[in-house]
Amino acid sequence: MAKITFITSDNESTTLEATSGSVMQLAVDNGIAGIDGDCGGVCSCATCHVHVLPEHFKKIGEPSEIEKDMLELDDNVNEYSRLCCQIEVTNSIDGAVLRVAK
Amino acid sequence: MSESTKNKSCVVIGASHAGVNFAFSLRKEGWEGTITLFDKDPEIPYHRPPLSKAYLTTDGSIEDNWLKSLESYTKNDIILRLGIAVSSINRESKHIVIEDGTVQGYDKLVIATGARPIIPSIPGIESAQNLFSLRTAANVESIREALNKSKQKRVVIIGGGYIGLEIAASLKKLNAQVTVLEREERILARVTAPEMSQFFENLHAENNVIICTKKNVTSITNKEQLNTVICADNSSYKADIIIVGVGIHVNQEIAKEAGLTIKNGIVVNASCQTNDPAIYAIGDCTFHHNPHYDRNLRLESVQNAVEQAKIAAAAICDKNPTYAVIPWFWSDQYDIKLQMVGLATGYNETLYRDEQTEEGYKFSIWYFKDETLLAVDAVNNAKAYVIGTKFIKEGKKIDKSKLISTIDFKPANLLLE
Repeated sequence: MAKITFITSDNESTTLEATSGSVMQLAVDNGIAGIDGDCGGVCSCATCHVHVLPEHFKKIGEPSEIEKDMLELDDNVNEYSRLCCQIEVTNSIDGAVLRVAK
Repeated sequence: MSESTKNKSCVVIGASHAGVNFAFSLRKEGWEGTITLFDKDPEIPYHRPPLSKAYLTTDGSIEDNWLKSLESYTKNDIILRLGIAVSSINRESKHIVIEDGTVQGYDKLVIATGARPIIPSIPGIESAQNLFSLRTAANVESIREALNKSKQKRVVIIGGGYIGLEIAASLKKLNAQVTVLEREERILARVTAPEMSQFFENLHAENNVIICTKKNVTSITNKEQLNTVICADNSSYKADIIIVGVGIHVNQEIAKEAGLTIKNGIVVNASCQTNDPAIYAIGDCTFHHNPHYDRNLRLESVQNAVEQAKIAAAAICDKNPTYAVIPWFWSDQYDIKLQMVGLATGYNETLYRDEQTEEGYKFSIWYFKDETLLAVDAVNNAKAYVIGTKFIKEGKKIDKSKLISTIDFKPANLLLE
């Protein structure tokens, strides 16, 4: 079980619990504004961009090369950017806070 | 909104990418009335792109591919009426008629009926055994079941477009013997440059899929459960299973019968509105204007479905959205990820850029009309896809000689000075 907190661009904070699946799917199922996941989670559309809170970045981990490239589509990319379809929900990411990119 | 929508009713025909995204967007935009989605498919709405890719090869349930969880429909007060076909639209009294004859009134109607596979009128096709197309989850179940029952698993795929090739790659994973029959001189002829066709032909050959081009199927015979597919050049192919992927028909009949303007799809304006101000159309079934390419067209893509869904929702809630989409598409075959951006139609030059990596294929094809970049096809090369997208969107000119050089692959390095 992992608790994950999303903060949307209008500063609304939502904490959700899940045991499996992708972080994107969790966000979409719960209607988190700004996470669209149009491609269904295959790292093709860059519509699930989040900024991981710097202190949580280590447990979330670095993006893969293709993900890094895809993130460049977005002007708001920074060193803590991830596409959350590529983040698997596991116990090890419990407590993570993700800010939805604008 | 100028007036309350509390007592209003919005009806959506079609609950796939366009219809479902529209319903959720409409709620988000502040619509307070009812939202009812109709679809003749009985499944909870699901992602379609994985059907020919990952979903075909796994034992996973369709639930893993649902567009939205079941609770989210309840939470947003969106009514799903699945397994129900809509038979007609009455514009005068603003209602639709569903298959059992009951009527449902609407204040706003959204047509998101998509398309259906073409089953060509080849002699013998109606008596062929285990012949399928692939558009729905039920189609995938049928294909999987037929494949499981078949000993020799000889599959003939008619049509060498993306859908046919994705199915070929997926069925190969399931140990089928796959032959693809393409009518044109090369596969993907309608959608990509010859170099890309050649690449995919080689890729499938490496994976022991037989690709035959210039094969015009003229008849199908069936004897003792075994089909024979016969071509104009008298060649013939034995098939336990036949899959047809030769294109689609737009589901526009009810719109046409209702007197809506039809060209190559249901005609809509920049707000996705049809010639009836109370009726909108979105997704694969629409014929619309793309401002970037300044052309009227119809797009079969998830991106367009989702974008038009948002546009129609905003327009119905009296916002003034603008449609400004640069089309993108993707295809997964084996371990190849193809990403495409833009529309190549009208190109007069292609440039090929290879990243010279030792780990498999990584390249891109850039389509130009004179100095204008129209489109990019990128193989295992998200960077090329992203850079291409930026150049197309911003309309900046690329230095072609730099593009094909080994210079560090960054937008700033490729600008024409």
